[in-house]
Amino acid sequence: MAQRIDVKDLNIFYSDFLAVEDVSMAIEPKSVTAFIGPSGCGKSTFLRTLNRMHEVIPGARVEGTVAMEGVDLYGDDVDPVAVRRQVGMVFQRPNPFPTMSIEENVLAGVRLVNKKISKSDAADLVEESLRHANLWEEVKDRLAKPGSGLSGGQQQRLCIARAIAVRPQVLLMDEPCSALDPISTLAIEDLITELKQDYTICIVTHNMQQAARVSDRTGFFNIAGTGKPGKLIEMDDTGVMFSSPSEQATEDYISGRFG
Amino acid sequence: MTTTAQQDAPRVRTRRRRSSDRGVNRAFRITATGAGALILAVLAAVAIFLVIEAWPSISAGSETLAESISWFPEDANLLTFVGPLVFGTLLGSALAMLIAVPLAIGIALFISHYAPRRMAQALGYVIDLLAAIPSVVYGLWGAIVVTPVVQPVWEWLSSTLGWIPLFAGPAANPARVMLTVAVVLAVMILPIITAVSREVFLQTPRLHEEAALALGATRWEMIRTAVLPFARSGIISASMLGLGRALGETMAVLMILSPGAMYSFAVLQAGQQQTIAANIAAQYPEASGLGVSTLIATGLALFVITMAVNMAARAIVARRKDFSGAN
Ligand SMILES: Nc1ncnc2c1ncn2[C@@H]1O[C@H](COP(=O)(O)OP(=O)(O)OP(=O)(O)O)[C@@H](O)[C@H]1O
Ligand SMILES: [Mg+2]
Repeated sequence: MAQRIDVKDLNIFYSDFLAVEDVSMAIEPKSVTAFIGPSGCGKSTFLRTLNRMHEVIPGARVEGTVAMEGVDLYGDDVDPVAVRRQVGMVFQRPNPFPTMSIEENVLAGVRLVNKKISKSDAADLVEESLRHANLWEEVKDRLAKPGSGLSGGQQQRLCIARAIAVRPQVLLMDEPCSALDPISTLAIEDLITELKQDYTICIVTHNMQQAARVSDRTGFFNIAGTGKPGKLIEMDDTGVMFSSPSEQATEDYISGRFG
Repeated sequence: MTTTAQQDAPRVRTRRRRSSDRGVNRAFRITATGAGALILAVLAAVAIFLVIEAWPSISAGSETLAESISWFPEDANLLTFVGPLVFGTLLGSALAMLIAVPLAIGIALFISHYAPRRMAQALGYVIDLLAAIPSVVYGLWGAIVVTPVVQPVWEWLSSTLGWIPLFAGPAANPARVMLTVAVVLAVMILPIITAVSREVFLQTPRLHEEAALALGATRWEMIRTAVLPFARSGIISASMLGLGRALGETMAVLMILSPGAMYSFAVLQAGQQQTIAANIAAQYPEASGLGVSTLIATGLALFVITMAVNMAARAIVARRKDFSGAN
């Protein structure tokens, strides 16, 4: 299921504005990769290029290559829709479809690919995905109720269930816990640790402890000043990054001596 | 002493701010309630006026009506007189809606989600302009331009699909028929439905659109999963605005339609149906006494229809409130 991603010489633009400059990195399969860095340094921007969600914004474009198992996602004959089916995404703010029930939300992505999924298959998939997202016990009696009636943490786990129901190769998470309380946050961190057995996971977080707890490798992005492009300063095993980073900027940021 | 003063000062200040806030709140509440009450009062006044003015006709027997009103059909009573008019009004509006709503949604979606920015703006502007054209002009356009243009099309419709009662032939020439009216009505209500729908489509939260795209939805699938469900109640409201205009439209119908008084679905034939509004406009100049009262009774029927349609729409919107995305 999980696949490796190789990013090479990636420049990311919003129209003429160079937001992220010259990123190269390898993202290992079946591992959690965390991206940290100050606000505005381009973490979200970079993450969104990994499933071509970047292109949704008018004027946004990239230079360079993002290769999944050797296939460039930005190749001429690659359909962004197909990319997004393989690389799922969980957003900062929980965004279940408000007009859909919990069950329909989980199935939303599946129905795009497989319109004629049988009732029993659908029910099985809903249960499996919700169990995987640690939400089943809480919602199993109200699957037909609207997804927007859940708490924020439950909604976020519903979004995770929705993302994994389509069985992507890679799961991208942009600050998935920033709107959540500590207990929901821990639930999602446990979930991430569990999910990495099957998926390649990339997570953006502002929470150093979270990065230290859940990730195998950590990338530190930084920005020289407003209007300047963000850059990948350093990337290494999480243990190394948090104990003995090789760049002074990384150490300053991690120890809170930033800016 | 100083401590007391320090403690007192902020308390006084907050109290003063609160009381002025309360004044503003109260003024706002009174204005809002007043405006709401005024609308209800106007509505009630219109209803009462209609009932009072229509009463002589409602209470008169059918013989009296036939005797004292020159254009009142023989051996008819008020109900059999109003019935076909109600039917014609509903038929014309329903056809107009059938044409206009899908078209308006399509155009609105094109403007909000497909067209390049520059083109979207221009198109939106043109659509808004269409709303500003007076209905007499639409009537003239319908009678002079549309009628001859659609005639061969109607001819073809009746010869190929004539077995459907709606398209039963022979198609009238000139095409002063209900389908032509419906086409012109559709053009008239298109702008309002398009404009309102477009606004609603544009308000779809980015969050939900991106959720759909991130699941691997194509643009159309994204519209189906995120935009249309979100906009559903807005589309219904927009359609109701359009329907309201179509139901009450007078000039365009009057200038195009060759009227009749039948419960007839033959929308390609002349002299079959008539609408309430156009009938009032046609008869009013020569009506007096009981005649005026009878026309007002038909107006009352139109009022009731419009209210009923609006309430039905409200009910549809309310039924899935939990899923509306308002929470
Ligand atoms: N839609 C957009 N159009 C133009 N510029 C944008 C857009 N989105 C982001 N940017 C710019 O790109 C740069 C990187 O933004 P990005 O959102 O990726 O930062 P981030 O690292 O995710 O910050 P945060 O931690 O606050 O989420 C910023 O300078 C931002 O102003
Ligand atoms: Mg961000």
